[in-house]
This record gives sequence, C-alpha cells and structure tokens, in this order.
Amino acid sequence: MKHFRKGDGERSGLFTRRALVLGGAQAVLLTALAGRLYQLQVVETDRFANLADENRISMRLLPPSRGLIFDRGGAPLAVNRNNFRVMAASDRGRGVDVLVERLDQILALGDADKARLLRELRRSRNAQPVVVRENLGWEEVARIEFNAPDLPGVFIDLGQSRDYPEGELMSHIVGYTGRVADEDLAGRDDPVLQLATMRFGKKGVERSFEDDLRGRAGAVQVEVNAVGRVVRELDRTEGQPGANALLTIDLDIQRFAAEKMKEHQSGSVVVLDVVTGDVIAMVSTPGFDPSTFARGITQGEWRDLLDDPQRPLHNKAIAGVYPPGSTYKMVTALAALESKAIDPWTRLPCPGYLELGKIKFHCWLKGGHGSTNVSEAIAMSCDCFFYEAARRAGIDRVSDMAQRLGFGKVSELGLPGESAANQPTRAWKQEKVGKAWQHGDTFNLGIGQGYMTATPLQLAIMTARIANGGYEVQPNLLLAKATPREELVPPVPRTRPTAPSLRLNPQHLAIVRQGMADVVNAGHGTANALRVKQAEFTFAGKTGTAQVKRITEREREMGITQASLPWHLRHHALFVCYGPVDNPRYACAVIVEHGQAGGATAGPIGRDVLVETMKRDPSRRTDRFKKMASR
Amino acid sequence: MSLTAMGSSLALDAPAPVGFAEKIWRINWGLVLVLTAIAGVGVLALYSAAGGRFEPWAARHAVRYGSALILMLVVALVHPKVWLTLAWPIYIVSVLMLVAVDVIGKIGMGAQRWLVIGPMQIQPSEIAKVAVILVIARYYHGLRREQAGQFLYALPPLAMILVVVGLVMVQPDLGTAMMVLMGGGALLFVAGVRIWMFLAAGISAVACLPIAWSLMHDYQKKRVLTFLDPDRDPLGAGYHITQSKIAIGSGGLFGKGFLKGTQSSLNFLPEKQTDFIFTTYVEEWGMAGACVLLALFALVLVWGFSIAFRSQHHFGRLLALGVTAMMFLYVFINTAMVMGMLPVVGVPLPLVSNGGTALLSVMFACGLLIGVNVYRDAQLPRTR
Repeated sequence: MKHFRKGDGERSGLFTRRALVLGGAQAVLLTALAGRLYQLQVVETDRFANLADENRISMRLLPPSRGLIFDRGGAPLAVNRNNFRVMAASDRGRGVDVLVERLDQILALGDADKARLLRELRRSRNAQPVVVRENLGWEEVARIEFNAPDLPGVFIDLGQSRDYPEGELMSHIVGYTGRVADEDLAGRDDPVLQLATMRFGKKGVERSFEDDLRGRAGAVQVEVNAVGRVVRELDRTEGQPGANALLTIDLDIQRFAAEKMKEHQSGSVVVLDVVTGDVIAMVSTPGFDPSTFARGITQGEWRDLLDDPQRPLHNKAIAGVYPPGSTYKMVTALAALESKAIDPWTRLPCPGYLELGKIKFHCWLKGGHGSTNVSEAIAMSCDCFFYEAARRAGIDRVSDMAQRLGFGKVSELGLPGESAANQPTRAWKQEKVGKAWQHGDTFNLGIGQGYMTATPLQLAIMTARIANGGYEVQPNLLLAKATPREELVPPVPRTRPTAPSLRLNPQHLAIVRQGMADVVNAGHGTANALRVKQAEFTFAGKTGTAQVKRITEREREMGITQASLPWHLRHHALFVCYGPVDNPRYACAVIVEHGQAGGATAGPIGRDVLVETMKRDPSRRTDRFKKMASR
Repeated sequence: MSLTAMGSSLALDAPAPVGFAEKIWRINWGLVLVLTAIAGVGVLALYSAAGGRFEPWAARHAVRYGSALILMLVVALVHPKVWLTLAWPIYIVSVLMLVAVDVIGKIGMGAQRWLVIGPMQIQPSEIAKVAVILVIARYYHGLRREQAGQFLYALPPLAMILVVVGLVMVQPDLGTAMMVLMGGGALLFVAGVRIWMFLAAGISAVACLPIAWSLMHDYQKKRVLTFLDPDRDPLGAGYHITQSKIAIGSGGLFGKGFLKGTQSSLNFLPEKQTDFIFTTYVEEWGMAGACVLLALFALVLVWGFSIAFRSQHHFGRLLALGVTAMMFLYVFINTAMVMGMLPVVGVPLPLVSNGGTALLSVMFACGLLIGVNVYRDAQLPRTR
C-alpha cells in the first residue's frame, strides 16, 4: 500500500529530478572514461607499444677486449690485466646522496671523486652504470660484497685495464689510453665509445692504431626492470676483440739505445731498416711511466710532467726540432751534384771563411781545408765547400732535394704529434718572415743552419734514403696485425726496397756515401775515432753540431767556450750513420740535446747502437719470434 | 490520506511487518553477484601483479572480500532506524579518530593515515566517508521540503562536510578530501539545496584557490602541476602517469593476455597493487577487459539509483544515492587518474585494489544500500 507523508511527494519529486541529473552526469563522465580508453588503447596503441618495448628491452654493449701490442720478437709491450671495479647504477638519480656517502665510508673516495660520482649518477640515462672506483684489491671487493644489501644498484664488474710491462722504455712509442674524450668521438660513431668503462688511445701506437686495437663491441639484449636490473637475457651477439699488433721495434735494441742515452740528460735515437723503413728503435729521453695514466693520473703528477724542462711527455724523435747542422751537408751535396752545379771532381777552395758582401761566413776549421772535392768536403765537414755548393745550386734546388729526402714534411709513420719541422723555401720566408730570400740564407742552409730545422726521425729517413740507393722509404711501426694470436707472424723478410725510387744518379749517391764512409773510416774523417775493427760492421756516418746560441767574435775573444755556457744554451750534438758500409741495412740518427759536439757526444752512441743493430740483424732473424709463438 | 495527514498514529497505517524470508528475498542478489564479479577481477589482477602468485595480495583479497561480504549482508539486514539513531555517534567517532590520526601524525613524521587499534590498522578517513553520508541523510530526513531549500538550513550539513574535509586535508589525503567534498555536494544537491548556493560556493571556492595552494604540501603542488603539464618532469612525478599510460596504451584492444603484462611485472608501475591496479589489469586484458569492468561498476550504479528511487523514505533515498555517488567517485577518480585525466591523488579502485579498510568501508556502504532496498517501505520517525 502506497504511503506518503505530508510533503514527501514534493521532496521525492525534487529528489528524483535532481538524482536523474546526477545520474546523467555520471553517465557522461563514464562515457568520457571509455573515450579515453579508446584514445589510449586503440588510437595511440602503437606509440605506446613502442614505448613499452623501449622500457623493457635494453641493449647492453659488451666492450671488446683491446688488442695486445708486441715488439717484433713477440715480447709484450701492452697487455690487458683483469680489473675489478665498482659500478653503480641509480634509478633516475634517486637516493644517490646516501649511496655515495656509504660508498665513501667503505672505499674512502675523497671529495673530488664523490663530486664526480654524484654528477655522473644524476646524469646517467636509462640507469646506465657509472664507474665508482677501478683496480680494486681483494679486500675492497670483499668489503663491497659484504655491504651489498646497503648498496642498492652497486655491483662489482670484472673489466680490463691496460698494463705496460716495459714502462718508461716504450712510453713514447706505445703511448697510453684514457677515458674517451669528446674530440675522440669526432668521425667515429662506434656506440661502444659511449660506455663509461671504455678506454681510448691517447698517445703513441695506442692512438695511431686505435681503430684496429679497439675491436668491435658485442651486444646483449636484456629485459630490465625499472631500476635497470637485468631480468633475463634475450639475445646476444659476440663482439670481436681488437687486433693484436706486432711492432717493428726490437725491444733489445731499444733497451740498448736507451741504456746508451742514460749518460745524457735528454735526446733521441732513431734506428730504421733502410730497405723496409721499419723503425727498429726509437728512443726519446727522458720518458714517463705510462702506468700513471693507466690507473688515472693525478693533477700533481700531470703538472710535474708538464713543468719538467726536459719535457718527458714530448717524443723528441718525432716532435723535437733541431737545426740539422752538418748532417745536412749530404743534402747540399746531392742538390749541387744533381743540378750539375758541381761534378764529382769539382774542387772548391776553403781559406777558412767566405765573404759575402761585408759578412764573413766562417768554416769551423780556422785555417781552412784548402781545396777539396765533394766527398772530401763531407769527410772533413768543410763549411766553405757547402756555402759555395749551395750558392751554385741555389735555394730552390737545395730545398727541393731536402724535401725529396724527407725534410719539411710529416712522414707516414702515423704517430700523433709528429712535427714537419721546417725546410725553408723562398715562398716560406716571404710569407713567414716577410722578407725576400737572401744569399746569406742560402749559405746558412747549405750547412743546415739558419731557418732549417729537422726532427731526429727526418734525419734517419734522409740517411736511410741515401743508404738504400735513393728509394723513398717511409718509416713504419707495424710489422703485422691480426686478431687471433696465431696469425700474428712477421712478414717474409725483404731484401730490396719496394718504395718508389727518387731517381738520383747512382754515381752521385756513391760519391756522397764515400764521403760518409770516410768520415768514420778515413784518416782525414771528422769521426775517425769511431771506426770499428770488425770488417762486417764497418759503417758510414756524418757528425753535426747544431748551434743554439751563436758565440760572437767578442765573446770568442773573451774566452767564452761552449763548455762554459749554461746547459740550455750549449750546442746540440748530432750524428747520423748507416751500415754495413757496402750493403747498407740500418740507418741511425742520434741527437743529444745540448751535447756540444756531434762527433764526441752523439757519435759513440750512434756507433754502438748501429753496431748492436747490425749484430742482432733484426730484419733477417725470426728465430726469437718463432720461440714466442710456440710458447 | 486524511489519516496520514494526522501524522500521529504510525502503527495504524504501517505496512505489514516484513518476515525474515522476505528480507532475504529482498536482498539484491544480482547486485551481490556483480560486486563479487568485481572482487573476482581484483583477485585476478592482484594475482598477476604479484607475478602469478596468490601471495602476497590475491589470496588475502579473496579472504577479505569473503568476510566483507558477510559484513555487508549483516548490515543489509539492520533496520534503517538503527542507522538513523547511530548516524551521529558514528560521525562523531569518525571525526574523533581523524583528529587522533592528525595528532599522532604531527607527533610522528609525515603523512599519517592509519590508526592502530589492537591488531587492526584502521584508516579513519574511509569510515568518515560513510559517516558523512549517514549524517547528512539523517539531517535532511528530518527537514521539510521548504526548509531544505533555505540558506540557513544548508549551513549545518556544509559544516559536517567541511569538518571532515579539513581533517582529511591536513593528513594530508587530497584524494579522500575531494571525494568527501564531491560526495557530500552531490547529497546536498539531491536533497534540494538551491542551485544558486552551489554557484556561490563554486565561485568562492575558485576565489579561495590561491589560499588552498599556499596550504598545500610541495608534493601535492607538484602533482597538480605535473597533471597540468606531465612533460615538465617525465622522470620525476610525471613518471607514474607516463608509465601508466604506456602500460594501458600498449595493452591495446584485447590486451597482452593474462600474466603477460610487461610493464607492471617489471616494476615500471608504481603502487601496482593499490592505486594503479586498474593499469595492471587493463594492460593484460585490454580495452575489452576495461569495458567489462566499467560496465560492472555501471551496473552497481544503476542498481543504486533504482534502489534510491524505490525507497519510500527520504533517509533511504539519500543514503542510497550517497553510497552510489561515493562508488562513482571512487571509480571515476581512480581510473581517470591512472589514464592521466586527473592528478595522481591516491584513490583506490573499490573492490579491486589491495587494502582492507577501503574494502570494508565500501562493502559496509553497499550493505547500507541493500538495506535501503530490504527496508524500502519502512516507516521512519522524522526525528529532529
């Protein structure tokens, strides 16, 4: 039975109307929900499906193992060592402050490392791990593992770091690696370079062979959760380890040369195979300890290396520039002979000086050499002969010959930091000095002074090209490269140069070589004291003394001599040589910085290194290597 | 009619007392079935959220629903006059508990929403939602039609709502505060408060927005800002919304399949077992599954409205509508939130999300709703 109280009908009517309005509103809103579902799940579903996959599947690169570096006998120069490192990954930078504090308590990170870590963790994308500390000891590894529950996102990773068994001895050739810098990425889109643990060659062979040594990254496709923890592996492509490199360097000769250089403060020795251009030894002293770079150099250590006046980081063999002095006289001789300005029999007078206008150009021998032909002039290093020879040939021909012999340009060695030094030309002087070329400049160039500079490597190249009969050999550091160690074998020894010929008259070369042989072996030679007794090691050479500070007439009168000058103002001592004299195989160039006299200081080093090289004859002997390979 | 006009002798024209069997018959068993179906979806989704395990959520949810179902049926059989009597005590107790939570929260640290009584953790704000409905329904039950439209009579219920809203806001629990405000507002609307008063309240609310803004916690401000522009912080506060949208959107029309959701199982989803359970479910069941679930909720609402319309007493009408409005707000705010249509405010999906107090309060409210149907022709004194 229907029952209404007073007013309830009205109340009920109003209620019903308004409830229907409310219900209608709810229906509209529910429809909106359905519409939103349609938008998300039908209209935009593809976009979201892609985003979901990106969320879920993460590509992790597997860093390749870096190629090893050996000397020509198979002795290791750069190897990989297991490196336990602590890595940390954070979920979008959450809780990193606490995490870094805890890591600091366990590992004593220090303020600089803490700041770096905080910065890297906050910046890290997709929970990509960053390096906390490398080269952990067992005790540190144990402490991290023990505290693992308090260190979310922290894990120990077994990586590799570089080790240089020969240390300072090979520091300039092998170089070192470091963290990938922005400029290293230019022109390289290898994604493996983005990895925090990746190392990149910074100097030496590590740098010049970087793209071979690095190898190809493998990749593993993993399913990850929101904090970057791997849930399972979906797919794996193995990478390829970097190629191993067999260098042309003979470690024994390198060590021998470095030993010889120890008596002097700084300098450089380069030994080349004149047939192949192989660099047998390349010493620059002092060197540096590459392991400081491998473990991460400190600011203080870096400053010390930079501030050292003997510049240990500087590879003087390729980047040190010196006036070649008398070692340049073969260039002048060949230029004059080839241009027919003189012939092999032309005799030129030496009264002790030549006059050009009002200026006197002195010969080093006060009384003069009298009249000499070209090979005698080389043997006795007569300055006057080469002033005149240069004048007759002219600047353009001398300069051209010098460039054909390798001066004034960077070689094909490929090491970073090689200098072209300076082979002056008319155009060069006009542009750089702003003055026209003078006859006096030609005189100075004739004896390797003035504007002329060269690197020890260039001197060795020149000597090699003269010694090998005029072939344009290029210096070379790589004997062989191969990824599997078994395939890393030296090529069959060559006996004839394959480099293009410079088309020099063989007779002219023979005359010049005779002069160089007489320097050492003839009674009138300037380096007669260097002569060796064993016939098979007879060699040829040329001394040089490069002026750093010119001693004026006045100073000479006041009795100032080279020995009384401060070290950094003394002359550089140079010596170039090749041997054996009849069938040249090796060329050597030596510079002792501020060593005063080429024959006395640099000469013995050049002789000893060259003889040692001829004794060992690395280009023909592969027995040591075979032993290594079978090991 | 003349007899009823006297309004004094209730016993005379009272309907024949309803027997126990009739009461059982009057329970909306269809509605119970729909509620159970929704809870079943909850068990499925929680099972999946736990990575295909009954522990820790799905089994508990099923057990909780079982006990809540019994509670609901018991509540449904309680005569509305009892609730009429208990409305104020329940309201006062819930307000006191809210105060207690706020005080403890001040003493303790940060957001405090729980009250521990013996072995139980109680969320007073969940009880307060139902208490507000009860007390307002009781208030308007006692008013005449013309009184309901008068300004002064609208002030007490407004105060009842705002006291609870204020206490919940300081917890701070923005989601529940919004629900109480809007649910209470819906009740006032159907009870007959004039439209101009709503307009006035709306205008003054907008005017007060800057003040409310200054009172909000930083994380609440951030959530609102993030809602307005999700891209401003895609890895911070906006991360939840973005990830939820990715999960839902990648589900597509028919979903990735049961237990095959990738986003929630890999922890890209925050709170996947509570506020974001809808996302977990929809990723696996797609738009089809979502529509089924929403349709079940819509059925509950339709039932609620029809119970309200059939009630012979004003208390029952308002009670039923209040419960229905609350149910709607739960569903709408939660789903709109996970789909990026509303800020993330922390409202669970009723009967599906993991969580005891919310489940109990929803089932208690449904018990009240069904009780209205059971006692639809009861005669209630217009106490004042």
